[in-house]
Amino acid sequence: MTKLQRSLSKVALFCACAIPFVLIVARATGFGGLSLGPNPVAELIDTLGITALNILLITLGVSPLRRLTKWNVLVVYRRMLGLFSFFYLALHFSAYAVLDLRLAWSTILVDVTQRPYTIAGMAALLLMIPLAVTSTRGFQRRLKRNWARLHKSVYAVGILAVTHFLWQTKLDTIEPVIYAAILSVLLGERLVRRALRMRRAHATKAAAAASGPAQ
Amino acid sequence: MRKYGNASRIRPSEITPEGVFWNRRRVLQSAIAAGVLPGAVAGAAEIPAGGEFAQLRSWPGSVSEAPNSWEEITNYNNYYEFGTGKEDPARYAHTLVTDPWSVEVTGAAGKPGTYTLEDILAPHTLEDRIYRFRCVEAWSMIVPWVGFPLADLLARFEPESGAKYVQFFTLLDPEQMPGVRRRTLEWPYREGLTIEEAMHPLTLLTVGVYGRVLPNQNGAPLRLIVPWKYGFKSIKSIVRIHFTDSQPRTSWNMAQPSEYGFYSNVNPNVDHPRWSQATERRLGSGLFSARTPTLMFNGYAEEVAGLYQELDLVRNF
Repeated sequence: MTKLQRSLSKVALFCACAIPFVLIVARATGFGGLSLGPNPVAELIDTLGITALNILLITLGVSPLRRLTKWNVLVVYRRMLGLFSFFYLALHFSAYAVLDLRLAWSTILVDVTQRPYTIAGMAALLLMIPLAVTSTRGFQRRLKRNWARLHKSVYAVGILAVTHFLWQTKLDTIEPVIYAAILSVLLGERLVRRALRMRRAHATKAAAAASGPAQ
Repeated sequence: MRKYGNASRIRPSEITPEGVFWNRRRVLQSAIAAGVLPGAVAGAAEIPAGGEFAQLRSWPGSVSEAPNSWEEITNYNNYYEFGTGKEDPARYAHTLVTDPWSVEVTGAAGKPGTYTLEDILAPHTLEDRIYRFRCVEAWSMIVPWVGFPLADLLARFEPESGAKYVQFFTLLDPEQMPGVRRRTLEWPYREGLTIEEAMHPLTLLTVGVYGRVLPNQNGAPLRLIVPWKYGFKSIKSIVRIHFTDSQPRTSWNMAQPSEYGFYSNVNPNVDHPRWSQATERRLGSGLFSARTPTLMFNGYAEEVAGLYQELDLVRNF
């Protein structure tokens, strides 16, 4: 891929990630006859949350896809995707805190310390903030090995986000269950890889030990 | 991308715009007051062929707040037999056949049997009642229902002394109701009230909204409205009324007993296990409006608190 192709593809991805935002703004302002419906605050919070979760799952899909297709270039899109997920997550939380609860801090405090689904959501948000902050190449260089370790916490963010979704669903859990299944596949790929790597390392060690003394 | 509202709704030329509804109400009321029109003809209630109820008796207990719009009332519904999304009933309930319709009356009653919708309505006078409606999901609406007191109907069936509770059932038909192929709730949808709650003057057997026949998604042709309880108690598309001496099972309680109790009275002091009931969001109030405090018994405390004097409302949620 040439530099120009890379830049253009990144612009295209940026635009694609921004489309949900544009649509939400259009619906909120009534542009083109679109609307958020009779319960706009709830609809806004839900749409922002689902978008954040969708992009998070796409982000988690980048590395497995790269390993599967050997298209190493895919990694250059991962940061943008991760940051867009955080962007929608920040808006999702803001819509809840500002539009729904109108910064009633006592209510927010009760929610994030006593209600299971908001606790899970808050935990996901708090874990994601350092990931967004350290997403730059500068931090990657400075943190070195620890950067990879820190960013593995995105797996916990995924689990907490799906749990948050499941726990606030009234009755019909089909959607959060489908998300859980997709997340399981994405995280499962990492677990399987790790298990295989450990088995190989173990086999290599055993082979070395077997052939060693004979030399 | 989904556009709110749906293509299959009633054409604008057919809807009585809310403004016309209000004007007609005012004209009828002043005409009655001036002695020009007789009060609504006693009895002779029926489902009007053209969809609009001709003469409705006005009810002095109506709330004075402006009702929600027809669009809001008929496009934001929980009717899981037609799908679990808020817009699914408006989109899919057109397959519900509401004519002919009959209701089976069973149990501890002197006059059980099968009654057609015409039999059920005929002796009664339909009223125009503007009620508060409060969903357990913590949103609310103001809705101008058309109906008559359930008590007047139940009296005709001569409930016996053993009838301490009344149980209601919704139609169950997988051909008409695509959503019942999934066991989201225990089908047929069932609800229940104590006999005192059922006989209370506020409990409304409902056949219309905004002066028009109930749209399918709102529970046509016959539903209950129990305004001091969470909306899921207001069962839709009733096909059976059963008088019994033991507290009946209700669908939401069967699905999640720790979250939905038999009484389900609107109560700001008793939270849903997973979310607060202290405040509610009035639909149609826009993106920048505040939540409003939930009213005890949805604002009907004066009328119904007496039913629950002896009851621990925290344990009997």
